[in-house]
Amino acid sequence: MTPRRLLPAPRVPALLALLALVFLGTAWVATPAGAQSEADAARCAFTKPEAIEANGGPLGQSIWGRLCQVTDGKPTFPEGVAITVSQNGEEVATGTTDDGGIFVVEIPGNGTYQVTLDTKTLPKGFALTDEDRATLDNVNVNLGDQQVTFRLGEDTRGSRDLQDYLTTAAKGLRLGLILAVAAVGLSLVYGVTGLINFAHAELVTFGAIVAFVLNDAGMPFWLCIPFAIAAGCLAGYANDRLLWRPLRKRNMAMVSQMVVSIGLSIALRNIFLIGFGPNSKRYTAASGQREKDFGLVRLTPNDLIIMGICVVVLVLVTLILRKTRLGTAIRATADNPDLAASSGIGVNKIIAIVWIICGGMAALGGIMYGLSVTVTSDMGFILLLSMFAAVVLGGLGNAYGALFGAIILGVMQETSGLFVDTAYKFVVALAVLIVVLLVRPQGLLGTKERFG
Amino acid sequence: MSWLGVFLLALQTALGFPAASYALAATGLNLQFGYTGLSNFGMVAFLMMGAYGMAISADRGWGIWVGFALGITAAVVLALLLGIPTLRLRADYLSVVTIATAEILRLVIAARPSAELTGAARGIGGLSSELGFFRPNFIPEGSYGFGDDFVFNSRQLWSMLVCWSLVLLSTLLIRTWVRSPWGRVLRAIREDEDAARSLGKNVVIYKLQSFVIGGVIGSLAGAMMALDSGSVGPARWIAPLTFALYTVVILGGAGTVWGPIVGAVVYWFVLDFADGALNNLWFEVSDTTSGAFRLTLMGIGLMLLMVFRPQGILGNKKEAFAVGR
Amino acid sequence: MDADATTADPFADVAPTPGVAKPDPILVADGVQRRYGGLTAVDVAHLELQRGVITSLIGPNGAGKTTFFNLLTGFDKANAGTWTFEGEKANGVRPHHLARRGMVRTFQLTKALGRMTVLDNMLLAGRDQTGESALKSLVKPLWRDEEAANVERAHELLVRFKLDALADEYAAGLSGGQRKLLEMARALMTDPTLVMLDEPMAGVNPALTQSLLGHVTALRDEGMSVLFVEHDMDVIMTISDWVVCMAEGTIIAEGRPADIAGNDAVIEAYLGIDHGNTTTGEIR
Repeated sequence: MTPRRLLPAPRVPALLALLALVFLGTAWVATPAGAQSEADAARCAFTKPEAIEANGGPLGQSIWGRLCQVTDGKPTFPEGVAITVSQNGEEVATGTTDDGGIFVVEIPGNGTYQVTLDTKTLPKGFALTDEDRATLDNVNVNLGDQQVTFRLGEDTRGSRDLQDYLTTAAKGLRLGLILAVAAVGLSLVYGVTGLINFAHAELVTFGAIVAFVLNDAGMPFWLCIPFAIAAGCLAGYANDRLLWRPLRKRNMAMVSQMVVSIGLSIALRNIFLIGFGPNSKRYTAASGQREKDFGLVRLTPNDLIIMGICVVVLVLVTLILRKTRLGTAIRATADNPDLAASSGIGVNKIIAIVWIICGGMAALGGIMYGLSVTVTSDMGFILLLSMFAAVVLGGLGNAYGALFGAIILGVMQETSGLFVDTAYKFVVALAVLIVVLLVRPQGLLGTKERFG
Repeated sequence: MSWLGVFLLALQTALGFPAASYALAATGLNLQFGYTGLSNFGMVAFLMMGAYGMAISADRGWGIWVGFALGITAAVVLALLLGIPTLRLRADYLSVVTIATAEILRLVIAARPSAELTGAARGIGGLSSELGFFRPNFIPEGSYGFGDDFVFNSRQLWSMLVCWSLVLLSTLLIRTWVRSPWGRVLRAIREDEDAARSLGKNVVIYKLQSFVIGGVIGSLAGAMMALDSGSVGPARWIAPLTFALYTVVILGGAGTVWGPIVGAVVYWFVLDFADGALNNLWFEVSDTTSGAFRLTLMGIGLMLLMVFRPQGILGNKKEAFAVGR
Repeated sequence: MDADATTADPFADVAPTPGVAKPDPILVADGVQRRYGGLTAVDVAHLELQRGVITSLIGPNGAGKTTFFNLLTGFDKANAGTWTFEGEKANGVRPHHLARRGMVRTFQLTKALGRMTVLDNMLLAGRDQTGESALKSLVKPLWRDEEAANVERAHELLVRFKLDALADEYAAGLSGGQRKLLEMARALMTDPTLVMLDEPMAGVNPALTQSLLGHVTALRDEGMSVLFVEHDMDVIMTISDWVVCMAEGTIIAEGRPADIAGNDAVIEAYLGIDHGNTTTGEIR
C-alpha cells in the first residue's frame, strides 16, 4: 500500500484564491431562480396555533394552510380558492379558502396525498409564483394533520442584493465548517488505518441523538454538548477496541473491512430508527431563532455560535496535529505504520487515540448539524455522502484536505441553489467531484500517486 | 399465523420473483466485486438505469425492446462515465464515487424539474400493460401451489419464469467468462493489480469491461423489477438495496459461479422467516419497525458473515475474501 | 541475440566510471529524475545496461534503487528524463506495454496472486493470449490449443523451478522462498529479453538463496539480460558481470565486481550509512 500522507505543505494561497473564485463566480454568474425573499416569507408565515384559532377548534384529520401573497409590501389573502386533495389519482376531498386565505381540508387518515390548487379560482391580482407548482405531489401526513404551502406572488428573481449572496455563502460556510468537523475524523481514521469507514455516519448520528436525549430529559442544551462529545469519544474507542482492532489483528483485507463497516452502518442506523423513531426532532436551543442583520450578512445567533465552535475546534485539532508529540506520532503512523512501530510509538495506541478524536469530532459535527437543521435517525447517513465528497475533494487521507474540501463543498452546495434548482444542488457537488478526479485525482491537497 | 405458514411464506419469496431479481443483480455485482475486486457501492444506480429505461420507454410508447435497449445503453454510459475517471485510481475512490453517484442520480430522478422524463417523486406507472410484458404469458389463470401461504398466480409465475431464465443465462455466460483466460486476468487484478500490469495486462481495460458487463446485468435486473411491479418510483433505489446485494453475494460466496443464486434464495428465506417469526413471537409491529428490524438483521448478518465466514456458503476457505494478503 | 556478447568479455574496453558507454546496450537512460516534495529520490545522469549480462544495482537503504526500478518499468512517473529499451523510447510508456516489449519485472514484496493456483499464476503470464479478449474468450475452440500449449510450457518452467508438485495449490499457501521462485518462473513465462528482479533474495532462507542464484545465472546463459537490485555485497560479487552502485539517488560508481569492491565511494556510501543515522528514509 502506498503511504497515505496526512499533512503535506498546504497550498493555502491557491486554495484561498479558489475559495474566493467560488464566491465571486456564484455571485456573478448567478441568475437566481426560485423563492420569495425570506422577509416576504416571514410576513406570510402561518402557524398551527393561528390555524386552530381560525378554525375555531382542533384541526383533526386534515390538510391545512394559508394562501398569502405580498402585494406592495403587505400580505394579502385570496378568498374562495378551490383546494383539491387526492390520493392515488382519486379525489378524496375538496375545500376553499376563507376570507383570511385559510383552508382546512378534512382527509380520511394518514397517508400520502396530492394537493392541487385550482388556479382558475384565484382572484384577480393573485398568481402562483411557479405555475408548475399548482400540484404538490408528495404530501405525507403522519400525525393526523399537515400544513401545506403554495407560493403566490411575483417572482422576485433578479432582485437579490449583495447581502443575499453573502448570506447564502455564509450559510454555506456554516455547512462547510460542520462538515469539516464531522469529516476530519473520517479522514484521520483513513489516514492511520486505511479504512473507509461507512459507519462513521452513525458516529455522527449517535452524538446528535445522545445530545437530544439528554436535552429532552431536561438538561440545558449547551450542557448536553460536552456529555454527548464524551459519549462520542467512548463510542469511537469502543469501535476500535471491540471491532477494528481484532480485525486488524486478523489481517483482514481492506475491502472486507469496508464491507463490515457497511454492515455496522446499516445495523446501527436501523437500531437508531427503531429507538429514535422516524420523525425529525429539534433541540430546545434551535427554537426562536430570528435572523439578525449584520450589514453584509443576515445570520441567526445559532449560526454564529455554530461557526464559532467549529472554528475553535478545527483550529485546536490542527494545532494538536502540528505542534504536539501526539500529532507528530499520528502523522508518522499515517505516513508509514511500520516505520512508526519501529520507532517505539505504539501503533495501536495511536490508532485508539485517533478513534477517540474521531468519535468526539463526529459527535460534535452531528450536534451542530442537528442544531442548524433537525435531528433524525439517518442524519449521519445523509451527511456521509457530502463527507465522502469533501474528503475525496481534499485528498483521501489528508486531514487539511478534508477541512478545505468540506468548506468548499458546503459553500458550493448552498450557493448552487442560486443558479440551479435546489433539487439539483447535490449534482453540483458530484460534478465537481468527478472533474477533480479527472484533472487532479489526488485531490486538492493530496500528494501525487506514485503508482498507477 | 402458524409456524408452517411462516415457513411457507418465506419459501415463497425465496423461490419467487424477489429472489430471482436479487440473484440477477447480484450476478452482475459478483463479476465486479467477487471476481474483479471492484468495490462498486453504487450498484443500485445500474438497476435504476434499467428500471427507468423501461419506464421511459413505456411512457413514450416505444415498447419493451426499446426499454431494454435504453436501460442497457444508459448502464454502459454510466459505467464508462464512472469507470474512466476512477478505475485508474486507487480502489478506494471507486467505492466513494459510486455510492455518491447512485444517491445523487436518485435525487435527480426524484427532483421536480425531472418530472417530464422520470415522473419525479410520483414515478411512472402502468408499465406492464403498456409494454405488454404479460402478453406472451402462456400459463393459464389460476393459483398454483398448496395451502394458503405457498401460492403463485399466473402473472407471478410468468415474472419468475422470465427472471429466473435471465439469471440462468447470465450465470452461464459468466461461468464461461470466468473460466476463460479473460476471467483469469480479472482474478489476477482482484489479487494484485500491479502484478497483472507487470505481466503485460492492460488492467484498466479489463476493469472497465468487468464494470460495464456487471452494470448491464444490473440494469437487466432493474428492468425486470420495473416490469414485475408495473411501476417505477425513486424511493426504491436507495443505498441499502446495494448493500443487500452485497449481502447476497457474500452470503452465497463472492467469486463463485452459483453464489449469487444461492445467496439470493437464502437471503430472502432468512429475512422473511425472521420477519414472520418476529410477528409470531411478539406483537404486530409497525411497518417502519418491521423494515428497520429487517435491515438491522441484514447489517448484523453482513458483519458476522464477513468476519466468520467470508467465503460464504459456496466459497472455498482458502479462496476467502478476508484472508490477508 | 548477439552471440559474441556472451562469449567474449563484453566489458573488455569499458572503463569503470559512472555513466560509461557499453558496446551493446539494451537499455539507455538519460537524466532520469524523481522528486517527492523537496526530496530528490532519483537523479541518474546517464546509464547503459549491457545486453546478455547480469547487472546488479546496489546501494544502501534509501539510495533510490527501487524507485529507479519503478521509473524504468513504468510503475512510477519521472519528473524528468528519457530512456530507451531496445533502442525504442521507453519513458512515459505504461507498464503493461513495456512488459509486452520484453521488459519484465518482479517486486521486492512478492506479488504472488494468493487466491489463484500456482498454475493459474503461470498461465496468466502467457503472452498475447486470444482467450484474454472479452469476446473471443466466450468461444473456447478459439483458444483451446493455445491454452494447452501454455499449460505445457508452464509445467516445464514449474519443473525447472521445482514447483511442479505445487501446481494446483493456492499461491497463498506457498512459503516466502517458493513465492520468489514462482514470481521468477512467472516472469519467464512472458518470454522476456530483460528481466528485472527487485531484491529476489530478500527474506529467503540461505538454502534457497543458492538455488535462486543458480536460476539467475541460468537466465543469462539462455541469452537474457538481467538487472537486479540487491544490497548484500557477497551475493553480488559471486554472480554479477557488472555492478552499478547508487547512493542518495545518483550513480556513484559502476564497474566489474572487482572494481566496485575496492571503490572508495562505494565503501564510504555503505559505511556512511552504517555509522550515520538510518532515518534518511527508505524510498520505496
